[in-house]
Order: sequence, then structure tokens, then C-alpha cells
Amino acid sequence: MSVVTGRAKKGNRLPMLAQAGPVSLWMIVFVTLPMLFIIFISFMSRGTFGGVEYTPSMESYETMMEITYFHVITKSIGVAAETTIACLLVGYPFAYYIARKPADVASRLITLLMIPFWTNSLMRLNAWMLIFQTNGPVNNFLVNVNLIEKPITFIFTDGLVLLGLITNYLPFAVLPMYSSIEKLEKPVLEASADLGANPRQTLLKVTLPLTIPGIFSAIILTFIPALGTYVITDMLGGGKVLYIGNIIKNQFGTIRNWPLGAALSVLLLAITALMLFLYSRFAKVEDMEVV
Amino acid sequence: MKKTIVALKGVDKWYGNNHVVKNLNLEVAEGEFLTLLGPSGCGKTTTLRMIAGFEDASAGRIEVQGESVDEKEPYQRDVNTVFQSYSLFPHMNVFDNIAYGPRIKKVPKEQIERDVEEMLRLVQMTGYEKRKPDALSGGQKQRIAIARALINNPRVLLLDEPLGALDLKLRKQMQIELKRLQRKLGITFIYVTHDQEEAMSMSDRIAVMKDGVILQLDKPTEIYNRPNCRFVADFIGESNILSGVVTLAEDDLLTVQTQSGTVKTKGAGFEKGEEIDISVRTESLSCSAEPTEEFCIKAKIRDFTNMGTVTKTSLILPDGKEIRMSTFEQDPNLSEGQEVYVSWKPEKSTPIHRDKKEAESCQ
Ligand SMILES: Nc1ncnc2c1ncn2[C@@H]1O[C@H](COP(=O)(O)OP(=O)(O)OP(=O)(O)O)[C@@H](O)[C@H]1O
Ligand SMILES: [Mg+2]
Repeated sequence: MSVVTGRAKKGNRLPMLAQAGPVSLWMIVFVTLPMLFIIFISFMSRGTFGGVEYTPSMESYETMMEITYFHVITKSIGVAAETTIACLLVGYPFAYYIARKPADVASRLITLLMIPFWTNSLMRLNAWMLIFQTNGPVNNFLVNVNLIEKPITFIFTDGLVLLGLITNYLPFAVLPMYSSIEKLEKPVLEASADLGANPRQTLLKVTLPLTIPGIFSAIILTFIPALGTYVITDMLGGGKVLYIGNIIKNQFGTIRNWPLGAALSVLLLAITALMLFLYSRFAKVEDMEVV
Repeated sequence: MKKTIVALKGVDKWYGNNHVVKNLNLEVAEGEFLTLLGPSGCGKTTTLRMIAGFEDASAGRIEVQGESVDEKEPYQRDVNTVFQSYSLFPHMNVFDNIAYGPRIKKVPKEQIERDVEEMLRLVQMTGYEKRKPDALSGGQKQRIAIARALINNPRVLLLDEPLGALDLKLRKQMQIELKRLQRKLGITFIYVTHDQEEAMSMSDRIAVMKDGVILQLDKPTEIYNRPNCRFVADFIGESNILSGVVTLAEDDLLTVQTQSGTVKTKGAGFEKGEEIDISVRTESLSCSAEPTEEFCIKAKIRDFTNMGTVTKTSLILPDGKEIRMSTFEQDPNLSEGQEVYVSWKPEKSTPIHRDKKEAESCQ
């Protein structure tokens, strides 16, 4: 009997492997191997004229622990966290509002939300620079209505970088939260009201707990990219304020310290892995709303 | 007469151009078990949702305990609902579901624990505190939904087809349990169903609805024995309906000329010459091989159907109309194709007016 079932199982396994085959191959060649290579490089030493010298060394990780780099890392994590929190605080009411609209209105609002995401980010960021520069419309307006006396320097500041990050990642926060709020069944909310809960109590005791998977997805979809970004920080921060993404880019680019760049990338990978691990502990994988 | 606890006064509900509830007037007495019974789409759920506060009435006034509740949000109303879809909170276990209402009202913790236990005992679900709703059967979910509403000690409990999803056996069992609970706790039940048997066996009074109108509001036996219009007669139980003209009205005893012969019925307020319908329950018919004394009409036995506890006999009248009779046992003297004489006790049949207005609302 067991032999027969064993054989049947074996027979079933092959087609499954065949199905997963191309996908696995793709993942191995284009994701896993490059990642392993980066990890490998991070444990090598820096070549005299840039590039990599294949002698094992912990040099890069030691450099990373130096106070200047450490500051950049903690600051980047802090900014990514601020971005995430702001996206959740702004995005949740937003998502709630959209989800409560009739389906046709909701899909139009979602499209509006996605338009900035579809526009070229260089174009969008350059427009930001124009709007916020010293003699740009924002400053002109503020001076003209006598709110300020002298134009404020917006560009190349932490504040503008944060604002840029928030607006850039807001759609990624709204979408998963929207889809989990939208899935909430109306009768459950009515039951809550029926049992005497006012709207605030219903939000805290029913709506929020039931939309946690969406909130978790939103955290992951904003925090991880916000931590690794370099385009936004580069342009709006002008390279003056340094973030982890810019440093990695510089190590692989102008500075040509590949091992250090690789080590910093490994750090980002580790943080991503940790977050995904936490996520899988708290939410079932099938609840994950990656839109 | 007991105190009125819920009153609907001239309540209307429009969804756009759709007039769903029409000038509804209804008074429910304290501790009463009142059922809204009617076919799908007649406005039962809408009526219930207006009482609970999930829908606003387009016109009219709803009162609970003598006070208008039109300005009150659902969470401010002293009524609780058992939803057709159960609507248990999926992220909470059974205990937390039942404790939801008392916790909102800030009832002390020890008291909540005692009350939840008591409720679980009442619905016979002790020991299920830690289960999540996902891990319960339909009937169990239903009982938890009932416990979750009852723990708040509402003056009025609204139930929307609470047993709709259950199989026949569990449904019968829950009917008995629910009725027992209602008696024991003395809570007013407003109960929605489209199952007429369920309505008959549980209710103190039944409101038969059709197209947003209450056609008849009465005790189950009255609704059953004295339907006031053709629709009610047809909808409740199994009736035979014969049409004819009153040829003689002596006191309440009417002699009626139908196409199949002269019959008798009993009812007040009918005049000679009036066109009426007569409703006769299948179990009130009797037939015999010999003509009976008072009156009888000729018929031919078409066939017999054994339904388990009763036997249905199908009879064809001279004008070709089919009528049905149910008896506990098949009469051995009768056989298919036989010519028989059908009769009934006049007081066991109901004359129904056929005036215009009635005919319109009872189409
Ligand atoms: N939100 C709504 N918008 C528009 N029309 C509605 C809405 N809810 C109900 N209706 C309409 O109102 C009428 C009555 O609906 P209701 O749900 O009260 O029926 P019901 O008697 O409960 O029927 P059932 O036995 O099938 O549950 C139906 O014709 C329905 O289509
Ligand atoms: Mg309904």
C-alpha cells in the first residue's frame, strides 16, 4: 500500500517541478546569484585602484561600524520610519475614504492616486525643485501673503526630502490598506454599532484589527523602498544630506569601493529579510496585499 | 392589553423610485413574539433595518418605548439585532464576541465573565469560549450571534431570518430553543422569516406582508383559519379557493353558487348577490361515496399522494378545476377515478370579499 502511494506521490512531483522550473531558473540566475555575489564581495578587500581584490577581509564591515557611517545608517532608518509612519497616518484615512465610495468612484480615485506613480520620477522631482526653489512659486506666494519676509531655502533640506519620500510612497501605502478596508464586510460594522459601539469604538475595535494585514503590507511596501532609495534623496537632498542609498550608489560609482557598497547592501538585505520574517510571523502569507 | 414597546406610524421607505415599504402601521406589545412573514423582496428586512436604525424611514415615525428614535443612531438605540449573515467578529473568539456589548458599556470584568458563562449555558455552547468563529458550524455561529445580542438585555430583539441557513432538523430544534428563550427572558422579539411554518409555530402574532404592505396582522390561528384575502389564504398553509356568488345570507351562514355547485360557508359582513372567494383548507375537506345532507359538490378522484404523515387526494371538479384534500389515512372505500361527493363544515371555510381595493392589494 505504502509503495503505491509513494509511487503516486513521486509521479505527481515531477510536473510540479516542471512548472516551477522556469520560474526557479529565472529567480536563481537573476536574483539569487547576484545576491550571493554581493554577499561574497562584501567579505573581500578593496583593490588599490578601485574594483575588488579577492582576499577575504572584514574591512568593509569594520568601516561600516565607524561613527560617520553608523550615523548615516541610523539616520536613514529614522527617515524611512518617519516616511512610513506619515504614509500610514495620511494613507489610512485616505484608503478608508476611498473604500467607502461606490466602486466606480473608488476606481477613479485610485487612478488619480496612481498618476504620479506612472509619471517619470526625474520629471516629477525636477518639477519639485522648480516649485520649491528660492524664487519659485511656493516662496513667492508665502512672501506675497506676508507669511514670511525672506524666501526659505527648501531644496536640499531634510524636510523636503521627507516630503518627497512621503508623496512618492503614499500610493504604495494606500493601495494595500484600501484593498483590506474594502474587503471589510458591512454587516460586521453594523453589528458593532448595533451592540452600542460609537464610530470611534468601531474603528478601534473592529476596523483597525481587521485591516492589520493591509497595514503590514503598507509598512513593508513603504519602509523597504524608502530605506534603499537614492534618486529622491539625491535630487531633493542635493547629495548634501547623505542616506544609505546614496552611499551605496557612490561606493559602486565614483568612489569605486565595491566591498563597502556590497556590505551596505547586505545590511539593507538583512533589514528587509528581518521585516519579511516579522511579517510572516504576524500575518498569513496569503493575506499579503502586494498590489 | 399590554404596553406597546415598538410602534411604526405611517412608515414609508423609498429607494429611489422604488416604493419598498408603504404606509406601515404596526404596534408591538411588550414581551410579544411578532413575526413579519412574506415572500422575498416584500420589505421585511428593510422594515427591520429601519427599526434598528441602519436605514432612515422616508416618511412616518418609529417609536421605541413611546419615544421617537428617528434622531438616534443605531448605537444609541435600545434594540439589538441578530443578523441573517451572523456577522460575528472574525478576529475575536467566542468569549470576546459575546462580551463585546458589555465591554462597550463598561460593565465590570467579573460581571462580564459571569454573564458570558450564563449566556453560553443558555444557548448550550459552554466550553466554546476560546473558539474563533471560523471554527464553528452554522448553527453554532447562529447561537453565538443570539447570545451576543441577548447579553445586552435588550428590550427588543430583531431577528432577520436567523435560522435561514440551517438544515431542517437543526432549524426545528433552534425554533424550540429560541421560543423557550424568549418566554424565559420576556424579551420582545420581532422576527423575520419567509417560512410560514416557522411563523405559525413560534409567533404570538403574525404580520403577513406583500409588496411593502401588511395585509393581515393577527394570531397564527386566526391567520390560518380566517385569512382576510386571497393572498393570505394562498400563502399560509394549503388552501383551495372557489369563486361564486352569494345567493342566500342567513345571519352568518352563506349559501354560495359556484360553477361546480351550491356550497355553504360562514362569515359576517356579506350580502346577497356579492361575488366572493371561499378558502377551504385541504384538511377541512371531506369526501364520501354518498351525497351528504347539508350540501356537497360532485368530484372525481384523480390520484392519491402519500406524504408520510398525511395522504393528499387530488380531486377534479365538474368545471375542470383541481382541488386537494389531505387526510391522515387514505379512505379504503375510495379509489382513483371514482365519482365522490365533496363537502366541508361551513364554519371551517372562510368567505373572502372581492371588492376592488382588496383585489388590488391582494393581486
Ligand atoms: N439598499 C437598497 N437599495 C435599493 N433597493 C433596495 C435596497 N435594499 C433593498 N432594496 C429593495 O427593496 C425591496 C425589499 O427588500 P428587502 O430586503 O426588505 O426584502 P425582504 O422582504 O427582506 O426579502 P427576502 O425575504 O428576500 O430577504 C426589494 O425589492 C429590494 O430590491
Ligand atoms: Mg430579507
